[in-house]
Amino acid sequence: MLDTSRSYETPEGIRLEMHIAGPVVRAWAWAIDFAIRAGIYLVFSITMGFFGGLGMAVMLISFFLIEWFYPVLFEVRTGATPGKKAMGIQVVHDNGTPVSWSSSLIRNLVRAADFLPFLYGFGLLAMLANRDFKRLGDMAAGTLVVYLETPPARQALPAADPIPPPGDLYVEEQRTLLAFSERTSILTPDRSAELADILSELTDKQGAEGVKRLHAYANYLAQGR
Amino acid sequence: MRQLGFEDQNRPQWDELKALLGDLERPRRKRSLAAENLGHLPRLYRQVCNHYALARSRRYSPALEAELHDLVLRGHRCLYRQGGASLWRLITFITTGFPRTLRRNARYFWLASALFLVPALLVGGYCYSKPELIYSVLDEEQVSDVEGMYDPLNRKPGRSPERGSETDFMMFGYYIANNIGIGFRTFAGGVLFGVGTVLLLLFNGVVLGGIAGHLTRLGYHETFWPFVSGHGALELTAIVICGAAGLMLAHAILAPGQLTRLEALRKKAADALELVLGAALMLLMAAFIEAFWSSSGVPTGAKYSIAALLWLLVIAYLVFAGALRRGSR
Repeated sequence: MLDTSRSYETPEGIRLEMHIAGPVVRAWAWAIDFAIRAGIYLVFSITMGFFGGLGMAVMLISFFLIEWFYPVLFEVRTGATPGKKAMGIQVVHDNGTPVSWSSSLIRNLVRAADFLPFLYGFGLLAMLANRDFKRLGDMAAGTLVVYLETPPARQALPAADPIPPPGDLYVEEQRTLLAFSERTSILTPDRSAELADILSELTDKQGAEGVKRLHAYANYLAQGR
Repeated sequence: MRQLGFEDQNRPQWDELKALLGDLERPRRKRSLAAENLGHLPRLYRQVCNHYALARSRRYSPALEAELHDLVLRGHRCLYRQGGASLWRLITFITTGFPRTLRRNARYFWLASALFLVPALLVGGYCYSKPELIYSVLDEEQVSDVEGMYDPLNRKPGRSPERGSETDFMMFGYYIANNIGIGFRTFAGGVLFGVGTVLLLLFNGVVLGGIAGHLTRLGYHETFWPFVSGHGALELTAIVICGAAGLMLAHAILAPGQLTRLEALRKKAADALELVLGAALMLLMAAFIEAFWSSSGVPTGAKYSIAALLWLLVIAYLVFAGALRRGSR
């Protein structure tokens, strides 16, 4: 199955799931970073013009540092440059840990090769050829670019007197019932009724009544009698 | 146990872990919890890992599983973060780490120096003997630029006569941006199966050798050689080291041995990075010398002596630094 989810087993025996970011998101993040860098360059060029030779030196050195090390600075602190943060992605190691200095430096120095022949041609090829959307710098450094996921705030189960569901439900079906109940807070009442009607054979009810009955089943599954 | 009972029982621990993680994820100076509280992290993290595994195996609702997965993920990130760079690591890197890594990977250094020196000497020799060969290496405008820079009548050898108002500082900035950029690109080119690195080394060798041969033939040796001798020790060695680092990457990709290419590349890249960073520091010093010393009016005898001293220092550093304490890496 085509999926961008990668899991890594931690030393505690848990599988952590990460969703890998593809070329389009990363391109947008790069474009935003590029705009930010262009703005910084513009500001520097204008201000340093007043300082003659010393100003030019500061400008040249700053341009050099920004060009090569702007991503490193942000990645080591938070894992994401401003562009990446705006697009909701970040850089991590293959095993989910935050990037270290050496990994960040490697991936950003090899960026020079990714940028060839123009505008990340080789980098794009590498990303498309690799299972994990790694460009050449990611391959050398052992890093991944993953989505920063925060789960939505948990809603409490809608209260209802618990009623045991009829018959024996498989575990997956019980889970689906619980999931439905937890989701009704973000669904419209019509949509909830529409979904509940699918189980009208189970509940023997229609519309909003069916929804209430399903809540009752879910409460039974969640807390017993 | 039912889901709600499970949640009620364990929610205090989840809230505590959430508070701890929220605090740890802030920058260091904005943290508010005391150290003893933070010491609870490993135990709490392992307990919540256990809860997450239970929630999954008991098929509790997806929302609960997602909430616990988020806690576990954040805990994993906080707990398994790698140590930050510190001043001490920088010092040990400069004094022992970098020379040792270079000596460990000496064969790439020799290969890179051959790729650089052999074309340089060959083309230099040809340009010295035949006047028209330089135009196969550079075009007419570049040749006249170079001749202008090293003309004995030029007040500041090594700088173009038209841009006379440049200060030493500006050239310092220019040399940093230009030379270190070339070094980094030579390194990065290694990942393209070595093609980039080899081409850059050959190209730089050919151009520098050609210029050297041509200018010596013209009789500019009073301006050219004193100029380049000062920073040459650092700059040429550093470019070759960057080439060596690129060749390490290339070797990992082309001949990974028993590992997959990705694994081999990752392993070699860590060492190669050390070489590049050390070379970048050398290029920084070379830029300093090139900007403030090489073009100055100091008599050529002094320039040659300093150059000889620098060569000795560079060779001694790379050969002997960190060689004493064996087995303490």
